[in-house]
Parts: sequence; C-alpha cells; structure tokens
Amino acid sequence: MTMLSERQQLSYIAAQAADARLNVELETEGMTLNIGPQHPATHGTLRIIARLDGEQVVWAEPSAGYMHRGYEKLTEVRTYPQVTALINRIDWLGSFANEVPFILAAEQLMEVEAPPRAQHIRTILFELSRIANVSLFLGDLGVQMGAVTPVFMAFRDREYVLNLIEGATGGRFHPNFDRIGGLKDDLPKGWIDETRQVMKKLRNFCDEIEDLLFGNEIFQSRTRGIGVIPAEVAKEYGLSGANLRASGVDWDLRRDQKLPLAYDKVDFKVWTHPDGDSWARCWIRLQEVREATRIVDQLIETIPSGPVMAKVPRIIKVPEGEAWVSTENPLGEMGYYVVSKGELGPFRVKIRSASFNNISITPWVLKGVYVPDIITILASLYFILGDIDR
Amino acid sequence: MGLVDRGRLPAPLTKLFNLGRSYSMWVYQWGLACCAIEMGAAFGSPRYDVMRLGVIPLPASPRQADLVVVSGTVTDKMAPAVKRLYEQMPEPKYVISMGSCANCGGPYWDSYSVTKGVDQIIPVDVYVPGCPPRPEALLEGVVLLQQRIKNEDMAARWRGEGFTPLQRSESEPIVVGGGPIE
Ligand code: SF4
Repeated sequence: MTMLSERQQLSYIAAQAADARLNVELETEGMTLNIGPQHPATHGTLRIIARLDGEQVVWAEPSAGYMHRGYEKLTEVRTYPQVTALINRIDWLGSFANEVPFILAAEQLMEVEAPPRAQHIRTILFELSRIANVSLFLGDLGVQMGAVTPVFMAFRDREYVLNLIEGATGGRFHPNFDRIGGLKDDLPKGWIDETRQVMKKLRNFCDEIEDLLFGNEIFQSRTRGIGVIPAEVAKEYGLSGANLRASGVDWDLRRDQKLPLAYDKVDFKVWTHPDGDSWARCWIRLQEVREATRIVDQLIETIPSGPVMAKVPRIIKVPEGEAWVSTENPLGEMGYYVVSKGELGPFRVKIRSASFNNISITPWVLKGVYVPDIITILASLYFILGDIDR
Repeated sequence: MGLVDRGRLPAPLTKLFNLGRSYSMWVYQWGLACCAIEMGAAFGSPRYDVMRLGVIPLPASPRQADLVVVSGTVTDKMAPAVKRLYEQMPEPKYVISMGSCANCGGPYWDSYSVTKGVDQIIPVDVYVPGCPPRPEALLEGVVLLQQRIKNEDMAARWRGEGFTPLQRSESEPIVVGGGPIE
C-alpha cells in the first residue's frame, strides 16, 4: 500500500463513511402488509399477511378462521335432513352442489338409489348452481382489476339462473331441496322452456365477458404469465377443480367417477390449459360456464319420466358404516366422509372443501410477486370463505 | 352549525336536515357470509338498483360511511373487527343487521364459534330477518331506516344520546316485515 498523507487518509475515511451512509439509505426496510379481514378485494373475510421488500412479497400467509362456524361439530347434533339445510351454506354461491355429495354418501350407507328422474334433475340443478357460482366469479374478476362493469352484468344474468333455481326449489340461495332417496318435488310447469331461454342468455353473457374482459389488453397484461403454478406443485398442494385443470392436469370428477348422477348421459368437454397462470385459471372457468350451459341444454331434453322419490322410511336412520363421496363442485373437489352409528344423525362428518386446499398454495404462489398482483392471483384462485373455514 | 353543536336546533330545520341526511347515505357493505351476496345483489345489481333510494353503496372506507350493513355470520374471531369498524365510523351512524346470523346466530345458534347476534357488540337500528333475506327485504330495511332518520331528534344525536325520536313513539329497533321484537 502506498503511503497516504494524513489528508488523503482523512478524505478516504470520509468517502467510506459517505458510502456506508448511502447504503443504509438505499437499503429498503421490510414492511408487513395486512390485507383484510374485510377488504373489497378479498372475497369475504380472509386475511393475508404479507411481508414486503419494496414492491415484492417476500413471504405471505393466509390467516383463515374468520368465518369458522364449526360445521363438523354441528353436524353431529343434527339429524340427516337437518344437515342438508346446514351444509347449503358452506359454499354459498353454489348451494345445491354442496348437498349432493352428502346425500349421496347417506344414500350409499342406506343402500337406496334415487330414481333416474331425480338423478337427472339433481344433475341439472348441480350444473345450474355451478353457473350461478362461476358467473359471479367472472363478474367479480373485473372488480378486482378495477373494472366495475362486468360485475353488474354478472348480477344481471345471474338473477335469471337464481330465478330458475327458485322456481324449481323454492329457495333463491339455499334450496335445501335434496332428500335422501330423491328430491323434494318435481319440476314446475314451464320450467324447461324457461331454462332453454336462460341458457341462451348465459351464453351471450359469456361472449360478452370474453369480449369485454378477456379481450381487454390491461386484463391480459395483468394476468398472463403471472402466478404460474406448475402441474406438479398444483398436485402437491392438493388443488382441485379449475385451478388444477388450468395447470394442464386433465382431471374432472364428473367424468372420472361413477356416481348416480346423469353425467354419463351427456357428452361434454373437460377444458384444460397448459399455462397454469392467472389467465388460464380465469379462462378455464369461463369455458366451464359455457360447458355447463351445454350440459344443462342436453339434460333438459332427456329427462326420464317417473317418480322423484324412492321409497325411504319416514324417519331416516342410517345404518352403521362409513362412506366417502366427493363430487366436482364449482370450486373443486368437495367431499364428505360420513361415519354413522345407526342413529338419527351422523356420528362424525369430515368435510373436504375445495377452497381450503386451493388457498393453501398462496404462500408458495405469492412469493416474489408484486403487490398489485396479489389481488389478481387471489382472484384467479377463486375461493369462497365459507368453503375455506366451514 | 353552531346551533347543532350546542344541541339546540329549531324543529323545522331539523326536519330539513333529516330529509337531506336520509337521502344521502353512504353505506358501507360489511359482507361476511352468504348474505353478503344478496347484499351485493341489492346494492350492486341493475335489477334492484339501490341508488334510486338515495343510497350510495361504495364508500372507500368506513370512515366515510353513515350506515353499515352487517350481513352474514359474525364469528367470535371477527367480532372485534366489527366493533372496531363501528367505532371508526363518524357520528351520526346507523346499523342494519341483515340475515338471521347477524340478528341472532341463525342456523348456527348452537355453534361454539359464532356470535349470537351482532347486537351484542354494536347497537342495531334495523333488523332484516331471513336466511338469506331477499334483496327486496334489505331495500325495505333501508327505506324503513330512512323514515326513522326523518323522525330523529338530531340535537340529541349530537349530544351523544343515540337515537331519540322527535315524537316519542318509536324508539324500538325496527324489524322488517314484523312488529317490534320482544
Ligand atoms: S343468515 Fe343464512 S344466508 Fe345469511 S349469512 Fe347466515 S346462514 Fe348465510
């Protein structure tokens, strides 16, 4: 080292100190961002705690439980018909779809099967609740990205579907229509014609949304290539439904599973998308609404005649045993593991709801994304709070 | 508004103010569960169109709101947040409790984690029963609340005495589609 004069040394030290100060100033301090529990951008009351470094998320974690209503415990103190009234409210947007797997599980234990007409109508209502559920998602998607119009359109066209459900079941939202061994009632007069009309309207709605939202450049740039979930990771985290199919996994319980529902009588396509990003997830859901309208169209043409209720005793006692039935609900796989001890109510019910697994991936997928993308990724993962917490 | 601050307001002026207040309510949507969707249908859908009643459903935060609609299941974990929200709202403030859950616990009346009625933590002006109530019922609740505001003694509200009617007749909470609750 060459000898420095004292003056040089001092200036050297001063420069070092200035550098250090600059570094300290430029170093970004971490910040914890709390989203929710109540926020327009979270569907309901989910809380996300994110640790930020500048604009990027270092670590994020969902905090569930704000909507925990103790379902599994409550089912133990209800009789079987009362449980259906309760489980309607798990995924509140597609209420009817929640009843079906539970009823099927109970039927399996009792060894009764609903008559073909009841199975058929069940499937129709199942698909209608899928439309009611996912069409609202399509509208909501716009809101999360700052476009308000789609949600008005979604509410407009969703009303038609709700009218149909109300016409058939008497409940706009929570039908409680499924019974062990069949359905409460037959379809009302004129319902089928009405359904035909509504399905046309819904397809128009899908076209509109596709033009307005999916064709929008801002929407595309905010969703394409963002929040990519590879197929392997999706499987590891137990994603199901459209989230899994958007990662390129061809998996659909409607097609892959033999249940007493009318899905084997219709032909429908299971859409998949290779990308696994937010765009793919949204797009798959759009296609699914379309596909559901087609399924309903086919089904209403071929409703078999006959009764809608099998012979079951007045007071329902389910024999001892265990059964597991899961179906492809609007949000993904939903299943019930029913343990019966031969009493009026179930001994234990384990509920597997799709959203709980679907949001379990948030810590993985949110790592490293930018703050505005948190919202779009969460929106595209699509969960319903009641379905997470139960 | 010195008259208001001092808690002395001539009756005609009160009426005028009340008229203005009742038709310019900003409502904060505190949607918690299934009822939130019906509230969304009432407030956000073209079919029900709440703005024709003079209610604006999109304040950015509770600090701008005059009215909060608590719709859905209030759980014990959520209850502190509900209370906090209510405290953030500026006076005069009103609460509509929508749905059986918010009224009394609804289908979860025997659950270990659900608050049996939001009126245990915040005062409620209008109860809308139903599971879920139809959007029309919520709109009816809004209209009933507006009628109530028109008949409110504003000065008492400013003195912090809560809701006091001008004519002493209806101080009970309102229930949509029913008489006063016991
Ligand atoms: S009152 Fe019924 S519809 Fe409303 S939140 Fe409670 S369970 Fe859901």
